[in-house]
Order: sequence, then C-alpha cells, then structure tokens
Amino acid sequence: MGRDDDEQLADEEQPHAFWSGIIAFGLVSLPVSLFPAHRGHLPLKMVDASGTPLKRQFFCGKENRPLERDELVRGYELEKERYVVVEDEELEALEPEKSREIDLKRFVPLAAINPIYFERAYFLVPDGDTTKAYRLLAKSMEDEQKAGIATFVMRGREYLVAIIAEGGILRAETLRFYDELRPPEAIGLPERQPADKKRLQRMRAAIRKSTRKQLDRAQLDDPQTRSLMQRIEKKLKSGKDVLPAPEEPEAAEAESNVIDLMQVLKERLQGRQVQGSRPEPAKKQAGGRLPALRKRSTRELYEQAQKLAIPGRSKMTREELIEAIARAGK
Amino acid sequence: MAARAIWKGMIRFDGVRVPVKLYSAVEDRSVHFRLLHRKDLAPVRQALVNPQTDQVVPFEETGRAYITEAGDRVLLDQAELEALEPQPSRDIEILGFLPHQAIDHRWYDRPYYLGPDGESAEYFALADALEAMAVEGLARWVMRNKAYVGALQIYQGYPMLISLHHAEEVIPVEALEPPQGPPLDQRELGLARQLIEMLEAEFQPQAYRDEYRNRVLEMLSAKARGKRVKTRAPRQRERDEDVGHALEASLRQARKSA
Repeated sequence: MGRDDDEQLADEEQPHAFWSGIIAFGLVSLPVSLFPAHRGHLPLKMVDASGTPLKRQFFCGKENRPLERDELVRGYELEKERYVVVEDEELEALEPEKSREIDLKRFVPLAAINPIYFERAYFLVPDGDTTKAYRLLAKSMEDEQKAGIATFVMRGREYLVAIIAEGGILRAETLRFYDELRPPEAIGLPERQPADKKRLQRMRAAIRKSTRKQLDRAQLDDPQTRSLMQRIEKKLKSGKDVLPAPEEPEAAEAESNVIDLMQVLKERLQGRQVQGSRPEPAKKQAGGRLPALRKRSTRELYEQAQKLAIPGRSKMTREELIEAIARAGK
Repeated sequence: MAARAIWKGMIRFDGVRVPVKLYSAVEDRSVHFRLLHRKDLAPVRQALVNPQTDQVVPFEETGRAYITEAGDRVLLDQAELEALEPQPSRDIEILGFLPHQAIDHRWYDRPYYLGPDGESAEYFALADALEAMAVEGLARWVMRNKAYVGALQIYQGYPMLISLHHAEEVIPVEALEPPQGPPLDQRELGLARQLIEMLEAEFQPQAYRDEYRNRVLEMLSAKARGKRVKTRAPRQRERDEDVGHALEASLRQARKSA
C-alpha cells in the first residue's frame, strides 16, 4: 500500500534503517534492522537560481497557503473529490499484532523461487549486544541453500519476504504477491505459434554468434550518470558554478548528504553505530538526546513515537515529535 | 481483457530485427491515498520553497546542485542536464546472449512482457530460439528519456524484458564483511539446520495474500458507510534466553506439530 504523495513528509537522504524488529526462528529471536541494498542515482538537490537548496512544502488547494504537518490528513478518494479521511492510528490498528516481527515458519529451496518474484533487496544487520543468533541462522541457511519465507508489515504495506543468506550476511528480499504478477493471458498476447524453420535457424545462428559465458558488469554502467559525474568533476576543477559550503555549521549539516550507505552498512554489520543511522530507544538524559534526535528523519522519529505509543503522534510536527520522544525516554 | 502497451521498440542484433510492444507484467494493487488539508478536505499541492525567504519557486526556474563531501555545491541548470539525456531511439539493442540466469536476480528491477508489433514471424522465431537454447539476452534501450539495461528471457512461454538496476545502484555483497564473533557451536549449528529442514516446504506463491491491504480496503468501505473503526496500541514481544536452549525447544514444538 503506497503512501504516495506523503512519502515526502519524511524525505531525508541520510541512509537509515527502513525497519527494525525481530526475526523469529522457532523460539530464537534476533533483533535486526533493514537497510536498502540499492541506492538511488547520483543525488542532486533542487535549488533556486542563486543555488539555495529548496524544500518541498504542501499548500492547501483551496486557501493557497502553506500547511504544517499537523494540518495534513490522509484521504482515500471514493469518487471524484469525495474522500474518506483515514487517521494513522486506524491504519496501525489493522497491522498484524506482531507487526515488528518476521516469523520464519517456512523454508524453501532457494532455487525454487522464480526470480521474477523478487522486488527489492534489503540487508539485515544485527541489533542488540550479540551476533551469535544472526551468524548461526546465516550459516545454517547458507549451508542448506534455503530461503525463509514470511510476511511482515513495513511502512504501511504488507510484504511477502524471502530471507536469504549469502557470504554470512542475511538479506531480506521482498517478493511480489501472486496477484501482482500478470499471467500472459491477462496481457492478451497471441497464442504461441511454431516458428518458421528457416527463420528459426537464422535466429539461432545469430544468437550463437553473440553468446558470451558471463555477464560483463561494465555493461550495467549507466552512461548518463557517468557523463553527469564527468561534468560535475570538470566544474569542480575549474571552479565554475561552484558555491562554497555555507559558513553556519547548522545549515551545512542540514544540507550534506554524504554519509554513505555502504559505510553505514559496514559499520552496522560489525556492530558499530553510525550516528543518525538507526532508530534507538531514548536514553536517560532527555536534554542531551535532543541533538541526536534532530539528526533523524521525520519517518524515523515517527516510527520511534509509534514504538513508544506516544498519543497524538500523527498530528505532531517534527519538533513536537522530538520533544515527545525525549520526554518518553526519561 | 487485453492490456495496453506502454512502449514500442525494435529488438536488434546481428542483422535480426524484431518489432515488439512492451506491457507491464506487474499490476499495482496498492491502496493510494491523497494528502488533504484537514480543515477543508481539499487535496494539497506541493511547491518548492526557498526556506530563507519562504518564496515559492516555479519548477521551470529551479536548478540542480550536486553537494560534495565538503558541502560545496556544484550547480547544474536544466538545459545542461537535458543535453546529457540519452538520444531518443526505438532500438532495443542486444549486447550479447548469456546462459539462462547468468544475470543474477539482484540486478532485476521491473518485468515487461513483449508482444509482437505487427508482423509476428520473427517474434515467434525469437521465442523458440531463446527457449530451445536456454539463453537470455542483455539488452539496452532508451525509454522516456532514460537509459535502461535489461534481461531478455522467456517467462511462461513468452519473451519478457526485465529492466535491471545499473551497476552503481546495487551495493555488492562482496564488499561487505559479515558480522564476526567467537566460533559457532557445532551442536547448535546442527540443531539450527535440523529446524530448517523440519520447516521446509514447497514455495507456493499463491498461498500468500496481502491481508493487510484487504483489511485496509474493508476499513475504508466501512468508513465510507459512516461506521466508526477501532484503534489500538502496538504490543511488544518478550525476549528469549539462551540460543541453544531455544533451538531445542523449537525442535520439540516443530516435532509435535509435524
């Protein structure tokens, strides 16, 4: 279930955990966080003519004025311009009771999953103070060449997921639901006809001529990204169209998006924390927590508020969320 | 009911030309919401605002910036970005053929069925050849100002083009170090493997439904009829003790229910 145009509410570039919860393997439970295994293209920011980074803002379609987060509500369109209003709590109430858990009740041979089902991949990194259960599950799954299958809810959508172990690292790969894949009949493709013999021979000869043994990764490079990067490097060298970093440190902090996903993953797999990369329970000193909380994305803050069951969280502004979480952690 | 083609192109390699139409093989079944202004239930619109002046900047007047590690901004205008876009073309160029599944699924993005565009003799010859030779093609094409790479293969008897992630978009698992720790206990490893074997089943994708989505749709229709719906607070799960102990207990449970 998409959250569509409200995705932007929590649009932040810091690589962070998409989900934190428990993998249940029998009675063994291992706390994990999910990090995306994919990263976007070269990140570019929207700026105005003078190079000032712009922010997205929601405006009321009728009153034409900017709206705060707490003035927004989600609506489902029944018919043109008639909406059912849906509160966050109402959606949460529909989540499975163990919505923070991926319960591995079924394992299938890895090769039995048709690859067309795979949708998106996430790395699982161990949370908590020991990696033993994580390593044990990864090793035994890899030895057995099995994938664990489960369903779970993340970011307002239910996912079917295959947990796969490779190189001692666990991955969660979301799978498309059966009814999300169209069968060929639904497309209205013509019935297969046996090919003309001569044509088939020619086709086979042409294919044989250009058959290779292995994939050449360089062929997966994006020429557009490459030429864009070249252009950027050229500008950096000449200094043309380059604005120096702003002087006030706070602004610079808000702008830079250089904590690399790869770096975060490397640290987290070794059990080290990278600041701002993970929703964690608030500590004793509320005042001292504020700066750390400020580094988190609104989505993370909201998820934290959800965990702490802070009432009224869906109507809170970012700043209110930060304060409420800090208070709840006292 | 026939689906609508999203694009038309021409597969090309070594003198072969196969005109095809692309159809999305996935169906979006998500429940879509709009953001509304709570007071008047008017749909919101988004605008780009300069945070210092609160001035709205029209999209046409925006530029882009690449921000370096040091925080320097490299400015790019829309015209120069457009000039870097790939040339439009109808060609689906095949860079080469590979043994079936030589392209690992971690590269996969979205699948598209290919149907014939007009003349279908070459289309069926391609389908037969791909199937008989157990190969897949690595394809490159430009669709809607974007360069794609894809895997051309047979799925349920029909040619399919699966768009792939570009190399820089995939984090290579080889570049990561797995978590370290003291050596694993052989007995516990054996127990874990036993438990996996006991829980083994066939993969039956039909057996899973998006139940949450169904509940959301039910709730929406109840609300549309003017009913009130319940809310509840999330629950916490209790934590477990010793791994070996938990594995043994899990095996006992699995045996009982087997």
